[in-house]
Amino acid sequence: MASVKADAGTISYREAVAEGIAREMRRDPAVVCLGEDIGAAGGVFKTTAGLFAEFGPQRIWDTPISEQAIVGAAMGAAMTGIRPVAEIMFSDFLACCWDYLANEIPKVRYMTGGQVTVPLVIRTANGGGLGFGAQHSQAVENWALTIPGLKIAAPSTPADVIGLMASAIRSDDPVVFFEHKGLFASKGLLPPEGHLVELGKAAVVREGTDVTLVALAYTVPIALAAAERLAAKGISTEVVDLRCLIPMDMTTVLASVAKTSRLVTVEENPHQAGWGATVVSVVVDEGFQLLDAPVRRVASANVPLPFADALEDEVMPTVDKVVAAAESVANF
Amino acid sequence: MTKASSKRATPPPGDAADFVQLLTPDGERVSHPDYSVDFNDDELRGLYRDLVTVRKLDAEATALQRQGELGIWASLLGQEAAQVGSGRALREQDMAFPTYREHGVLYCRGIDPIMPLGLFRGVDQGGWDPIANKFGIYTIVIGAQTLHATGYAMGIAKDGKVGTDEGEAVIAYFGDGATSQGDVNEAFIFASVYNSPIVFFCQNNQYAISEPLTRQTRVPLYQRASGFGFPGVRVDGNDVLATYAVTRAALDNARHGNGPTLVEAYTYRMGAHTTSDDPTRYRVAGEIEEWQAKDPISRVRKLLERENLADAAFFTEVDAQAKVEAVELRERVLALPDPDPSEMFKHVYPHGSPEVDEQAATFAAYHASFEGAQH
Ligand SMILES: Cc1ncc(C[n+]2csc(CCOP(=O)(O)OP(=O)(O)O)c2C)c(N)n1
Repeated sequence: MASVKADAGTISYREAVAEGIAREMRRDPAVVCLGEDIGAAGGVFKTTAGLFAEFGPQRIWDTPISEQAIVGAAMGAAMTGIRPVAEIMFSDFLACCWDYLANEIPKVRYMTGGQVTVPLVIRTANGGGLGFGAQHSQAVENWALTIPGLKIAAPSTPADVIGLMASAIRSDDPVVFFEHKGLFASKGLLPPEGHLVELGKAAVVREGTDVTLVALAYTVPIALAAAERLAAKGISTEVVDLRCLIPMDMTTVLASVAKTSRLVTVEENPHQAGWGATVVSVVVDEGFQLLDAPVRRVASANVPLPFADALEDEVMPTVDKVVAAAESVANF
Repeated sequence: MTKASSKRATPPPGDAADFVQLLTPDGERVSHPDYSVDFNDDELRGLYRDLVTVRKLDAEATALQRQGELGIWASLLGQEAAQVGSGRALREQDMAFPTYREHGVLYCRGIDPIMPLGLFRGVDQGGWDPIANKFGIYTIVIGAQTLHATGYAMGIAKDGKVGTDEGEAVIAYFGDGATSQGDVNEAFIFASVYNSPIVFFCQNNQYAISEPLTRQTRVPLYQRASGFGFPGVRVDGNDVLATYAVTRAALDNARHGNGPTLVEAYTYRMGAHTTSDDPTRYRVAGEIEEWQAKDPISRVRKLLERENLADAAFFTEVDAQAKVEAVELRERVLALPDPDPSEMFKHVYPHGSPEVDEQAATFAAYHASFEGAQH
């Protein structure tokens, strides 16, 4: 991984999406983007701003309103050697094209005996916290986690957006790339040209000795804020940003648990079948002897996300909830 | 594929010459061989009042959003005639399935206009009873409601509720963008082969967020119906009389068991897609002015004036009354109570579930622990 220069300037998470795509489009003429409103409008979240002006309609395809067609056509286009970067406006609408995600794309290579690969990226605005209601707010990385054949990236910082985007586009595997709506406005360092973050490499974003928090995307800043509060209470917290769900970097997680002996996962998806359950199952299976306390999972409640801001906060993980869970395992 | 997106091969399917019109932008009545209305003077004045009121309430909602009182609002500005015309064409027994923009139809159904504002203020999920009010929930996942509507139509047909003057019919609202969704095309097929009592009512407002109509189609949308085996009609969607006449006829056709119709109401979205959108990024110069001249309200006013059906006092009173309703709406929205947090566990399952009940109990205990700590 290239290191991020401290003097490189800053960039927002939102801008980093377009920057990450643009860097790859300059590098590789086979990269094209397709999706709804991604052209002159620059995307409804402005995550493709500037791409149409730079690359034009030959490489930025504003499509009719059909998620099935966007992802289905991305698959077909990928068979020609193109590297499509398909946008699904809200990750909730991955459900509208699920056949292609679940049955078609991840199975092409397998079912052709390795002869056909579809190197494509499906990018999508994911997650809650903005009061968009039950059908525009879900964190659905775990949907994709049920499907062998897909890779899953969910960056938490602008530098990781750029670094993981480069790896996702260059990958011969189909990658589902989750951009978090709640992080779009956040800022971070602009990484230098050529910055790459390998898929499936977690980052230890804060070191500690008493408790390990494993977080992803939007929950990373929540875990970091919790760690700060826990420090004031004398609890030293290590925070692992998982970055990807497939491949899942359990080596880094297990190494952290070996240090702290205590684990809390911080997940935005509902508790039922969340990605943390997979993390925990591996830790219990391979690292049971490392643990000094029960494992806790902080996740969203098992309810649809309410429209009401006040209720949404109650459903989702918060710093308070993470602090309470971490304290309970630290004081076990 | 790359070629197709580089330039528009065909002229936009926007040439409106062949639509049904009964009232011109200048407020002149014109006749049509297949469609007519027989409104009395009171009814015409009533339509004018509806149009003015829904525009005013909609403007108030937009203002509330701008002032931070609503999360988002999808304005119907410019589409009042399409919505009032079709909404008033519905009979009491008819069922409507809206998108997120059908505030005018909601008004015509007699539903309290505050309902969608509660939703977009984020204090409840909307709250009207779709079955009792014969008006479905706002549907934001594009196109899905056309299939809900089709299934509903298949259901009432199975129950023998069609075939007479008192029969039931269904109307499904959707936009031009939605016509690209598989769902909508699949709804056409199901409705067609089951000869379902349904009207597919497409408000072609020329845009799907930033994408112009040419991104969705190369043929006029109403013509698509013939490929599915049922009639398609294009109506001047800024003409409340024609929209009423065409929708009424299509609904009656459906209720008598004669199957589906696609109505394309040719109109224009005068505002932004939603309050989160900036249309200056994609609108074509001169377009707004061109459509302003076809305003759905001013043509009815011209008609009322031309035929001496209303005087200045009437117009002043309608405006004043609409303003009163808008002010009232604002006050009631600002007074909407915040929901109790325990609400979030309700209605996940009709009779609860062990998991959700346990979560609710844990949640209550967790909150109680904070309250304890504060004392
Ligand atoms: C399945 C799905 N895809 C994308 C969106 C995002 N979206 C919201 S409104 C809209 C455009 C719809 O345009 P149209 O059907 O013409 O209706 P209009 O908003 O113009 O009334 C899009 C793409 C969505 N809500 N649902």
